[in-house]
Amino acid sequence: MNHALFVTAAYVVSALALLGLGAWILLDQRARQKEMADLEAAGVKRRSERKARRDAAS
Amino acid sequence: MSDAATQPTRLADLANPTRFLDLSGKVLPWLGAIALIVTAIGLAMGFAAPEDYQQGSTVRIMYIHVPFAWISMMCYMVMAVAALGTLVWKHPLADVSLKAAAPIGAVFTALALATGSIWGRPMWGTWWVWDGRLTSVFVLFLMYLGLIALTRALDDPARSARAAAIVTLVGVINIPIIKFSVEWWNTLHQPASVMRLDGPTIHSSLLWPLLISALGFSLLFFTFHIMAMRAEIWRRRVSVMRRMMAKRADRDAAA
Repeated sequence: MNHALFVTAAYVVSALALLGLGAWILLDQRARQKEMADLEAAGVKRRSERKARRDAAS
Repeated sequence: MSDAATQPTRLADLANPTRFLDLSGKVLPWLGAIALIVTAIGLAMGFAAPEDYQQGSTVRIMYIHVPFAWISMMCYMVMAVAALGTLVWKHPLADVSLKAAAPIGAVFTALALATGSIWGRPMWGTWWVWDGRLTSVFVLFLMYLGLIALTRALDDPARSARAAAIVTLVGVINIPIIKFSVEWWNTLHQPASVMRLDGPTIHSSLLWPLLISALGFSLLFFTFHIMAMRAEIWRRRVSVMRRMMAKRADRDAAA
């Protein structure tokens, strides 16, 4: 049987899996950042941010 | 306050998730670019190298199979260190690191098994055998799946962190079993040919492409891991902010 086929299959499977993994992580990052931006737009602040603002004001 | 207390060490700086986000944001583009370049160089060298006298062109599968197999174990050790970070030092990023690494480890382990299987068909004449090496790596894959489920089972990460850390540490026993499986049991899989006390037994024309590919894929692993850690930190921040918003809504309703 032709070995080139096996070599190609191994590389294609690996490339697809790693590209998929990278894309999944990127999309996860995007979605979480959007959620944070939405919450911040709604006026929700994390405790540390409120403290930083108080410290800066005083 | 003394100077020592006001000037935290660099490692302690990284314990602060905000600092981690700042620093990793600066490092990531470089790390990712270097990972891709090194991997490309390694694989290009692999294709330029002569074919193996027994394996023929299928030796080229080794330039991805072997790095994937190494990384599948390295990822588990990264998670084991993170588990210690959770249990011993209560490091705030340790559980983030463990949870973020598990799916990446699962993908690299699945790829090690898949590429090994694709190589095994023409070279051994079979896709799969239930021998020591293949079975122990398959068990590693199952452990990654279990840890993915465990780290995502509870809404409160503080509660799942301890359980996941303990399970991870118990599972470390599998790593030496994988490493020495080819010596302890009869197997189709070849014994170690790079990481051995008397030095590698691979000719340098094939060894260098392998080592450079392995370095490239390792850098790629750390790029993915840091990216996933950032996403996880943001996920936890969002859930804290949502809880605060719900509390505020409760207060407003009561007033």
